[in-house]
Amino acid sequence: MTSGWRHKAFAYGVTVPFAIVLAFPFFWMAVTSLKPEAQVYDPTKVWSFHPTLSSYGYLFHHTEYLQWIRNSTVVGLAVVLITLAVAVPAGYALARLSGRVGRSLGVGLFLTYLVPPTLLFLPLSRVIAQLHLSDRLWALILVYPSFTIPFAIWLLMGFFKAVPQELEDAALIDGCSRLGALVRVVLPVSVPGLITVVIFTFSLVINEFVYAITFISSATNRTLTVGVPTDLIRGDLYNWPGIMAAILLPSIPLALLYNAFLNRFITGFTGGAFR
Amino acid sequence: MAARGMRRRYVLERKGVLATLLTAPAVLFIGLLVGAPLGLAIYLSFTDAIAGSLSGKWIGLANYRSALNDPIFRSALWNTVVFTVISQAIVIVCAGLLAHALIRSFRGRWFIRFLILLPWAAPIALTAIGFLWFYDPQASIFTWFLIHLHLVDPANPPNWLGTPRAAMSSIITVQAWRILPFATVIFLAGISSIPQEVDDAAAIDGATGLKKFWYVSLPLQLPIAIVAVLFGIVFTATDMIVPYILTNGGPFNSTQVLTTYAFQTGINAGNIGEGAAIALFMLPLLAGVTIAMLFFARRAEVT
Repeated sequence: MTSGWRHKAFAYGVTVPFAIVLAFPFFWMAVTSLKPEAQVYDPTKVWSFHPTLSSYGYLFHHTEYLQWIRNSTVVGLAVVLITLAVAVPAGYALARLSGRVGRSLGVGLFLTYLVPPTLLFLPLSRVIAQLHLSDRLWALILVYPSFTIPFAIWLLMGFFKAVPQELEDAALIDGCSRLGALVRVVLPVSVPGLITVVIFTFSLVINEFVYAITFISSATNRTLTVGVPTDLIRGDLYNWPGIMAAILLPSIPLALLYNAFLNRFITGFTGGAFR
Repeated sequence: MAARGMRRRYVLERKGVLATLLTAPAVLFIGLLVGAPLGLAIYLSFTDAIAGSLSGKWIGLANYRSALNDPIFRSALWNTVVFTVISQAIVIVCAGLLAHALIRSFRGRWFIRFLILLPWAAPIALTAIGFLWFYDPQASIFTWFLIHLHLVDPANPPNWLGTPRAAMSSIITVQAWRILPFATVIFLAGISSIPQEVDDAAAIDGATGLKKFWYVSLPLQLPIAIVAVLFGIVFTATDMIVPYILTNGGPFNSTQVLTTYAFQTGINAGNIGEGAAIALFMLPLLAGVTIAMLFFARRAEVT
């Protein structure tokens, strides 16, 4: 009884303060987004004001906001598909088929992660221009897998290693080919791992900033992360309520998605990238 | 026909052939989109290439020499270390504590977890702009709290991004805030991977509380802690979003890190060769950190 009480006190005592500190910026974004633009600097109206949805109206009717969300989603989904198509076979091969070579290749792939976009985008922007992809979403769809694939392979290697070898052997004895065993036996039991990869890939794409700001120039082709800072901030004029609304809207559903899949994510991660 | 099909199938069953076929697309993709540009960037760092052209005269190590003689570069190198080490030290301590509390089951956990995940799920390029508003010199909500707690003088409010020391603390805070949820999740994964039997055995042997934490939980969590630190370091050192949006290196280059300085030199000032040289300084450092950590992670797991 006593230990149960202490157990709860520790859980609440630690998590509640952290939750308040981590989520406070979003709370304050929500408050700011409901203020009339003229009032955000008024020190007497920090808490008392008449809430208005006008900044949300401005966002939807006077900016390309919805188009940016659509662009980010399209690029995100396309990159997820490419990443899975390339990383699943590679991750399986490195986990099961290639022994020591596979292990060093796996570490080598992770090392590519250390090469910052700030270094690569100079030469890449040239390649994009040569391919006549400047200012097109295709440029991002082509380039983003360069950082999602190494990471996905690296995670998937861990997940596939966690699948018991006996399951696969049984399928092979029953006359399955190796590829057949991958599709029919390994993939179905690796679903938590695959979901982990999908979420990770999508979040890396949504977060990306440097390539998006370099390759895309017209307002209608901007993604979310570039559209908000470039189009909602005009010179020194900040429409703070509108900007806060623009940040808040995609953040809430993304966090709900993460939270819903977190247990699977943890299962996946425990599959062990370092085993 | 049948024999040919059989033979093709036989070839596909050979491990080496199949492994090569399955990894080829990935290796090609990475080679073309990371390897080739990286090679080109390394080549550029030895030339005097300027904006608009990707070729220049070979000038050997001159770019590296001029970077090393540049006081701004040296302070950027130091700032990168400070920014990375302090933010990740905060993250690792908080993430360990938070994960141990969050792994327990309690009423309302789903909602608390949602609040904790927010900074990770939200795009950082956007939330960093949010902090631009929270750090606003006239209307900062942080200043408002501090004034009402009587911690600062209303006549002389802190200039969060405008003075060197405050600016560095401000960007470190945002970076720690942003990485903490992710590190916590990695810790959660690590804790839940410890078999229940280990816990039971420790309890039978009489280990409780701090003792159990120090001798049983901590050594078992070392590999996962290393993974969390590794990701934190790589994400922090290679990513320029937070300093770029909040301070763009200022005031007086006091928050200039290697990524922002490479961007300013290579793009804004147009010295592509020198920008590439600055960005390349990070590579051997990070590679060293990674290899050391992978080595320790593996060793910690064997013992």
